[in-house]
Amino acid sequence: MSTLARAPAERLAALWEASALPSPEEPGGYEWLRRPESGAVMLRGRAGAVGAPFNLGEMTVTRGALRLASGEVGHAWVQGRDKRKATLAALADALMQTGAAREVETAILSPLREEAGARAEARAARAAATKVEFFTMVRGEDG
Amino acid sequence: MTAFAAEALDGAFADAPAEASRAFRAALDAMSRPGTLQHAGGARPPAPLPPAAGALALTLVDAETPVWLAPELRAGPVEAWLRFHCNAPLNAAPEAAAFAFGSPASLLAELDRFAIGTPEYPDRSTTLVVLLDAFEGAEAELTGPGIRGTARLALGSSRAEILALAAPNRALFPQGRDLFLAAEGRLAALPRSTRLREV
Amino acid sequence: MYVAVKGGERAIDNAHAWLAEARRGDVSVPELSLAQIREQMTLAVNRVMAEGSLHDPDLAALAIKQARGDLIEAIFLVRAYRTTLPRFGHSVPLETSEMAVSRRVSATFKDAPGGQVLGPTFDYTHRLIDFALAAEGEAPEAPTAPPLAERTPHIAEFLDAEGLLQSEPEGGETPSDLTRQPLAFPADRALRLQALARADEGFTLSLAYSTQRGYGRNHPFVGELRVGMVAVEAEIPELGFAVEIGEVELTECETVNQFAGSRTEPPQFTRGYGLTLGHCERKAISMALVDRAMRWKELGEDDVGAPAQDEEFVLSHCDNIQATGFLEHIKLPHYVDFQAELELIRQLRREAEAAQAQARAEAQAAKEAAQ
Repeated sequence: MSTLARAPAERLAALWEASALPSPEEPGGYEWLRRPESGAVMLRGRAGAVGAPFNLGEMTVTRGALRLASGEVGHAWVQGRDKRKATLAALADALMQTGAAREVETAILSPLREEAGARAEARAARAAATKVEFFTMVRGEDG
Repeated sequence: MTAFAAEALDGAFADAPAEASRAFRAALDAMSRPGTLQHAGGARPPAPLPPAAGALALTLVDAETPVWLAPELRAGPVEAWLRFHCNAPLNAAPEAAAFAFGSPASLLAELDRFAIGTPEYPDRSTTLVVLLDAFEGAEAELTGPGIRGTARLALGSSRAEILALAAPNRALFPQGRDLFLAAEGRLAALPRSTRLREV
Repeated sequence: MYVAVKGGERAIDNAHAWLAEARRGDVSVPELSLAQIREQMTLAVNRVMAEGSLHDPDLAALAIKQARGDLIEAIFLVRAYRTTLPRFGHSVPLETSEMAVSRRVSATFKDAPGGQVLGPTFDYTHRLIDFALAAEGEAPEAPTAPPLAERTPHIAEFLDAEGLLQSEPEGGETPSDLTRQPLAFPADRALRLQALARADEGFTLSLAYSTQRGYGRNHPFVGELRVGMVAVEAEIPELGFAVEIGEVELTECETVNQFAGSRTEPPQFTRGYGLTLGHCERKAISMALVDRAMRWKELGEDDVGAPAQDEEFVLSHCDNIQATGFLEHIKLPHYVDFQAELELIRQLRREAEAAQAQARAEAQAAKEAAQ
């Protein structure tokens, strides 16, 4: 769920399009238990990073829940306001409990995971290059 | 990947924006015209929650409204249904509850503990959602704001308990507790300003 | 007498139309896309998210476009939008110690584990206008190095281990939320931090600066400033456990403040804390200083009467949407109010003139009587 939650919406849609997975527009594949709805989750921090919690500000989230014709239930809570992203995430969650699990894994989750990893790696590599190395200067001392 | 039985997942509004608006209007009309019966449909909650109480919950209850459930509703399909569809904290202490759902007798047993609001914020009180079988039988006479002259509401065998639920309101005003009554697909309300007597 | 008037509908419609045209500017210049604003005006987007109190870069970019770059107007738009969103719940407190840092500096310890990571900073630039940017061209790719595997612990952990740093009281209960309940005083620290996190950057900066100049001085060191990505976890009721629902960039500043001890506390270092959505380091540092200044009571310090120590003053004036709403409304029609004022002044003037005339007449009469 976390991979889907933070995936870029357009990327998830493109991967789904290119996969052998059923399109969410195909009729009869699933029914909504809770239609995708955008809202907010309040983010909490801690005073001094370790103390009592406080409310920092909100983040947009879209959630939804559906049931496949075969009975499996899929839930989605994804970052942002994209309802199609929530639909695909819920569908993926449900399909992971079916014979299509392998296709979801190879066509959707594993590329998303790799791309997220690559983005994090690129940031970390740039950060590492800005790490300061200190040199002790030679001091002029008396012989 | 779910902790819920199927009956907990079904029964939400099919068209949430429209049906929630209609249910909200029903709740508003019920509160502003005490004693009138309003239709509140669209929800199919598990028994023993009446559909009107389900519609009210889907419309008014969310993650920020702590809910107290009467013992007869706990740990069963009703609790799971409310948790999934309303996302509400369901184990609130009576003092902290924004809404309390239960039979007249269960609510009466805890009545003194439900919040009555504060003098500065009388709205911070517990709204009681009283679950009934039907609006039939013995009647109560209602007077107060929103009622031209008097109104009558059939409460049947629960009449004495409902009168007892509303009784403290007169002395507490402007603090107090508002009541919704739900039976099947219909809703009535007894806001704290309404006075009741047996007829 | 009260006279209600109406009018100006056509003028308002036309003003809106011109606003839309002015927003677009010269049509021979290509229109800005949201992606361009999001990617190239990132720090403006971050400020709008922090003070709009809603993390959504695309929405903040749209608000900036709609507001023609007026950030307070954009923050207003985001604040208005967020009130329309249902609140699904709250996150588990964010674990900033697990942050994937892109920047992390300490002004107190040179050799802190995890090191000094400068990140994409203005700090060491010369503040000379770079005319090369006026010409289009691709930026060279930044150098990379093997990513640092080690975790980046909070600097405060080290002082804490030695017992030299005042410890943070834990609190398990639900923090109060000023977006749900009206602000009441005295405000606890959770409320103060929430208010500061969405406070106007300029106001917070000025207050923080005033403490540095001596109005409630608290001798801060930036123990640590970090910027990076943090995973957001929330308890999902239908699942019954917490899952990751996204990730956000945050800026965190912990100050370590000199403290000679007070009536209730031994000599030790104390803390100020700043945390913001997005990369907003000036704001995070300012927040930490003002947070520390407002803690005088719990640390047993004296109230020296400094503005930054006065929580009622700070919290009631730090919100730029409240402030600009009240400020800007005075340019809207107040014809009736002003008419009443005008009438009052005229009447006072008449009375004063009559009193003067009478005094002159009496003086004249007295003079004549004396003669």
